[in-house]
Amino acid sequence: MSILTYIAGWPLLAALALIVVPRNYRVIIRAIAVLATLISAVLAVKMFAQFVPGANGFQFEQQIPWVESLGISYHVGVDGLNVGLILMGAIVAFAAALCSWEIQTREKEFYILLLVMTGGILGAFASLDLFFFYFLHELALVPTFIMIGVWGRGEKKNYATFQITLYLSIGALIALIGLIALYLQSGANTFDIPKIIEHAKTNPLAVNAQNFIFPLLLFGFGILVSLWPFHSWAPLGYGVAPSPTAMLHAGVLKKFGLYGLIRIALPLLPQAAQSWAHFLALLCVGNILYVGWVAMRQKDLNLLIGNSSVAHMGFIFLGIASLNLIGITGAMLIMVAHGFLAALTFALSGYIYKQTGTLQISELGGLCRKLPFIGTALLMAAMAGCGLPGFANFVGEATVFFGAWKMFPAITIIALWGALVIGGIYMTRAIRNVLHGPLPEKWNSLADANLWRKLPYALLLVSLLVFGFWPKLLTEKINHDAEIVVSSYKLQVASFPTPDAKSKADSIGNRQLAIENK
Amino acid sequence: MLEISVIGLGLVLMLADLFVPAERRRFIGYAAIAALGVLLVTSLSGNGSCGQFGTAFGGMFVNDALSLFFKQLFIVAAILVLFMAAEFSDKLASGSVAEYYSLILFALAGMLFAASSNDFTMLFVSIELITITFYVLVSFQRSKLASLEAGVKYLILGALSSSFMVFGIALIWGTTGELNFTKLAAVAPQFADSQIFLLGVLLVLVGLGFKIAAFPFQIWAPDVYQGAPTPTTAFLAVGSKAAGFVLLLRVLFTAVPSVTAHWANLLIVISAITILYGNLCALPQRNLKRLLGYSSIAHAGYLLLGVSALSASGQSALMYYLAGYVFTVMAGFFVITLVMRHLASEDISGLAGLNQRSPLLAATLTIAMVSLAGIPPLAGFFGKFLLFKAVIEAAQTTGNHGYYCLAFTALAGVIISLYYYFGVIRAIYWSKDPADLSVIELSSPAKLSIWACLAGIFWIGLFPNTVLNLTNLAAGVFAK
Repeated sequence: MSILTYIAGWPLLAALALIVVPRNYRVIIRAIAVLATLISAVLAVKMFAQFVPGANGFQFEQQIPWVESLGISYHVGVDGLNVGLILMGAIVAFAAALCSWEIQTREKEFYILLLVMTGGILGAFASLDLFFFYFLHELALVPTFIMIGVWGRGEKKNYATFQITLYLSIGALIALIGLIALYLQSGANTFDIPKIIEHAKTNPLAVNAQNFIFPLLLFGFGILVSLWPFHSWAPLGYGVAPSPTAMLHAGVLKKFGLYGLIRIALPLLPQAAQSWAHFLALLCVGNILYVGWVAMRQKDLNLLIGNSSVAHMGFIFLGIASLNLIGITGAMLIMVAHGFLAALTFALSGYIYKQTGTLQISELGGLCRKLPFIGTALLMAAMAGCGLPGFANFVGEATVFFGAWKMFPAITIIALWGALVIGGIYMTRAIRNVLHGPLPEKWNSLADANLWRKLPYALLLVSLLVFGFWPKLLTEKINHDAEIVVSSYKLQVASFPTPDAKSKADSIGNRQLAIENK
Repeated sequence: MLEISVIGLGLVLMLADLFVPAERRRFIGYAAIAALGVLLVTSLSGNGSCGQFGTAFGGMFVNDALSLFFKQLFIVAAILVLFMAAEFSDKLASGSVAEYYSLILFALAGMLFAASSNDFTMLFVSIELITITFYVLVSFQRSKLASLEAGVKYLILGALSSSFMVFGIALIWGTTGELNFTKLAAVAPQFADSQIFLLGVLLVLVGLGFKIAAFPFQIWAPDVYQGAPTPTTAFLAVGSKAAGFVLLLRVLFTAVPSVTAHWANLLIVISAITILYGNLCALPQRNLKRLLGYSSIAHAGYLLLGVSALSASGQSALMYYLAGYVFTVMAGFFVITLVMRHLASEDISGLAGLNQRSPLLAATLTIAMVSLAGIPPLAGFFGKFLLFKAVIEAAQTTGNHGYYCLAFTALAGVIISLYYYFGVIRAIYWSKDPADLSVIELSSPAKLSIWACLAGIFWIGLFPNTVLNLTNLAAGVFAK
């Protein structure tokens, strides 16, 4: 059995175990959930430490045939593309389980759903089979809707649940159609991702088929990742969601769509990806600028964080759109960093909400005096959010900008401006209004987190700092496999800067093709 | 032969009714279930007559992998319906319970014949055997106005569709001189331009469309589903629909494959409209059985996806979906039977507080709804996955863009359906102020059959191999 099976399996097993635990044994229910996520987090750290950077192929692989006639098998394995995500997912899940003390009603169902969500998404990241890849993500997605619908807060709960369910179901189903079309078109007659990619090397997909499938995957996955203009579910949904759900979804589940694009769409549909890259880069501007502006106008802390999280997705998309090694590596770095960051901010805002009962920025103020630990953590999170060096986000964003500069200089400048200026404005303004200034009378009784409750925040902060100061931990692992992903784009990228050079390179490319054909 | 045994069993039950004292009538049902179980095992083991493939009665009756698959499906459905009927028996007029059981068995016999029919005469006789028994089954609660109304509606529309079908068969026979499917397939290409022949085929399809409740012949379904006694509704939703589909497959792919090949667009349109109609109309429904009636129209549309793909993988996907559908729908109606047998109407609000009254029933209904909505890891997801795959495959091999439109329509249907299926789940767990919180007592046979349904839903969803091999074999019948 691969260690990956255990990482995804323990939470699912624990979910099954919880079904038989009577609902009034609250402590035991909570202990089981925390323990299961702890085990999978520890195993994930172990897996991350044992991972050999630069090795060819997949590590910790395991394959069990499931439906032979369709070529579906349970196949898990890690390479540089998903190793960081699994680590991040497992740590965030552990932190989310720790933060779930804020749930006071129907704990049993909540923990079951939380564990299903954790196991599902970790399994989806580890999965190397198209069918299980989709299947496990869907398994993780449905609990999200239920959790928001039942344990959500505020008046807009029903509307937000409705919107998030609708958007994400549509996104997932469009992606499903794209994946099925890809499976059929590849002609490999297997759902095994490595085999399909191998098969596509010798029999590339026809360009018009690529041009049909790529938008399905781009928009299907894009909706799941809140690509502008399909992002409106995200701030609303996160604003309403209970914080463990928001942590897991914004931090981990949302990365599934991006991971799907890098793992499946880029290697298999190179021509289509190239022709869509510019369009995608334009949409990124929507994410970064438009949503950034929207974030500036927010009066509710959670809506602000939600919008800022949507804006961050823009950087990742920009990295993907740049289709070169630096850009993709940067995108992978931000995916991991943003996972920790989103989880941290939603956890902190959840704590503040639990203490004060409101997240209206105008009603808060001066909280740093009463909540020194939470306040400092929020300040650090906000700084990480505007890309301050020292945090993992800075590394990722800087890398993305280096990568994107070659492809889209204008868009990169806009994005830089968006990241540094707009992000800086709304983050510092929120910090000033929430943490500093006069403390309203009514908040005199607030209490800071105790040692046990500090643990999840500290864990996430430490992770952000570790990868911020020592990004090589990740980059050395990502590099090799990101290179394989972009190997089919190299020619085009080198030739991009001027139209003249481009046409020359094209003619060179054509000549090479002609030679190959001979 | 299987069919003779089933009819014999039905007759024995009616006789037994005369000798068994009234308070022990429930056991007649269990005896019937046991006998059907024996039949199922023999048919599965391949020792019975079903295992020997071939034709009989001059090619009218055929035993092949397809008929075997559907026969097993029908017997499983009938067993579950009999369990349900046993639970429902106190709502039926006293003294008529055994009659109800034997009618179910007669309908089952009709379905078994349908699975094996290879001739238009046989097709018509089996359809009539099913439909006429259902007239009685639907209006069985004689004291209940809704049940009678449903019976009359079903009778009128059923008779109308039968007459269409007979007319169609007559036209086919008049032009080609053949009634046997295999022989007809050989001569049908000569009549490809004959308008009368095509009209005949179309009219037969109208009759079958009525059985499966496909648009535009779906009008009866919601009313009849709502009015009929719940076990009848369940059998109608599963057995009768599956019988319609097996005949549809036989007619389209054995009898007139040359015609079918040109009708892809017609099937696409019917399938798409059926999906949209069923799902959209289900949205505002408050009566649970009526809601499931509309949802069954939508599911007929999903199943038609497999037909319209005109490929072996489509047919196989259809059968796979049906297998999952049997367990899912049976689980749903079982809960409705148990929860709502003492209520005046089957309003969704009657489910309030079900999770406190009986966690098992609440979980069962939730799982059934989630499976109908097509969410992993349950049966409905893998079935829908196969259907989508078949349709997209058809789009790629034929280059007909209609298939892509169909796939997206079906996708829209799935999303719409999430709303009302989750509405049911919400009513179970999160309704305010449930009126009745008395614990629901479950008899052990009821528990057994519910666990069987749940096992079926998970088994088909998680371990598709066995069933998929069967359906692939069954779909292989048409490739010959």
